[in-house]
Amino acid sequence: MLPTEPVLQVRGLSKSFGSNQVLRGIDLDVPRGKVVALIGPSGSGKTTILRSLNGLEMPDAGSVTVGAREAAADPGKGTGDALTVDFAEAGMSKKARAHEVAALRDRSAMVFQHYNLFPHMTVLQNVIEGPVQVQKRPRAEAVAEAEALLARVGLSEKRDAYPFELSGGQQQRVGIVRALALKPQLLLFDEPTSALDPELVDDVLAVIKELADEGWTMVIVTHELAFARQTADEVVFMDGGVVVERGPAVQVLREPKEERTRAFVRRLLHEI
Amino acid sequence: MDLDLFWSSLGPLLLGAIQGTIPVALTSFALGLLLALLIAVMRISSNKLANGVGRVYISIIRGTPLLVQLFVIFYGLPAVGVKIDPWPSAIIAFSLNVGGYAAEIIRAAILSVPRGQWEAGHMIGMSRNQTLLRIILPQAARVSVPPLSNTFISLVKDTSLASLILVTEMFRVAQQVAAFSQEFMLLYLEAALIYWVICLILSTAQTRVEKRLDRYVAH
Repeated sequence: MLPTEPVLQVRGLSKSFGSNQVLRGIDLDVPRGKVVALIGPSGSGKTTILRSLNGLEMPDAGSVTVGAREAAADPGKGTGDALTVDFAEAGMSKKARAHEVAALRDRSAMVFQHYNLFPHMTVLQNVIEGPVQVQKRPRAEAVAEAEALLARVGLSEKRDAYPFELSGGQQQRVGIVRALALKPQLLLFDEPTSALDPELVDDVLAVIKELADEGWTMVIVTHELAFARQTADEVVFMDGGVVVERGPAVQVLREPKEERTRAFVRRLLHEI
Repeated sequence: MDLDLFWSSLGPLLLGAIQGTIPVALTSFALGLLLALLIAVMRISSNKLANGVGRVYISIIRGTPLLVQLFVIFYGLPAVGVKIDPWPSAIIAFSLNVGGYAAEIIRAAILSVPRGQWEAGHMIGMSRNQTLLRIILPQAARVSVPPLSNTFISLVKDTSLASLILVTEMFRVAQQVAAFSQEFMLLYLEAALIYWVICLILSTAQTRVEKRLDRYVAH
């Protein structure tokens, strides 16, 4: 296997909400084990990209390919080939399309800005719900894995707590564990710290940084430029539904080529 | 007032409640809830036909008197060759009625669950139905307990209408004893008292169910 084999390949992704075109032909490649940070002003379309990758938004045109699973990494689920969904493809029934999107979704897992934990389930139940109910894995195995993941993020003793009993930072760490438990090929983070109190941000970022170091393939929508610089291999700056600039994190954030990027970075840094 | 008559008629009245009022109410409520769930799901579906059928059903049930619905089923249907006994007639009418009212309660409760919960369900790979059953309905249940309790309490009292199609529930027993003894005031107040006690018990049960479903929300 080539080290640069792309896990995610996006071509010409376009999406309009009514007359508002939020994505205008986006291309994006994420090699295995790499971290891409999407930055840009709100309304630039970055969250819409992420939601399209997880089938929560239906693009009007373009294609998304999620690569084959590494056989060794997860013997339980088989390899399967790379999966491409072409959203412009005509004549496809709604049902067939939904089926395709569901298959795409199975390969990625998302961490939401507002955590979206299931409030009626305990922490453990939140984490094993997908593995047990959807992936039909043995409960004992799912529980053991969930406990190990919870221990990793320092939440072992919260196993039987309900989400309302946790701080925002703890809830978001459970959100990350819930995503990891699905054993996805691709982790998607939608502004994972924007809803957190400032003092809780660092704990969550530390967990994400650790996952990046471990070799997870990730796409992160974030406003935390310092974090993006430390964690991301590539930074993609978007504005008005197009990619304005992309490149190595340090370059895009320290010496942006485009004026729009420069203005955006300056504005965010001044806030700090 | 004749206190002896009060005590001697208490047995038959309670028997009427236990053998008539309560089973009719419980059965109709259970069937009505199932129907309501189905109609609520039709109402939130993107299928125009399902949506339309649900809407018309609710409109008819809420727009016509329960007594008329009961009479159509028991006295009306035989005219087109469908003859149904008093008990099943009562249960059918009450179930259909509960179905119409509770459907709107359940629909509103489903809609009150944040959209992010649907998305999280889909994110972990669940289908729409799976998300509805395992993620949305348990949360909707909590919101719908108070209004559904209202529906149930109304239903318990409405079962007295079944006396008009010859079902021997509590109120019909009261009518019979009253006609025999000519103590109308006593018997009807006694029946009212028993309905009231039943509803008090139900209110207490409602509080308990709410407490139980509240265990996962901040107080």
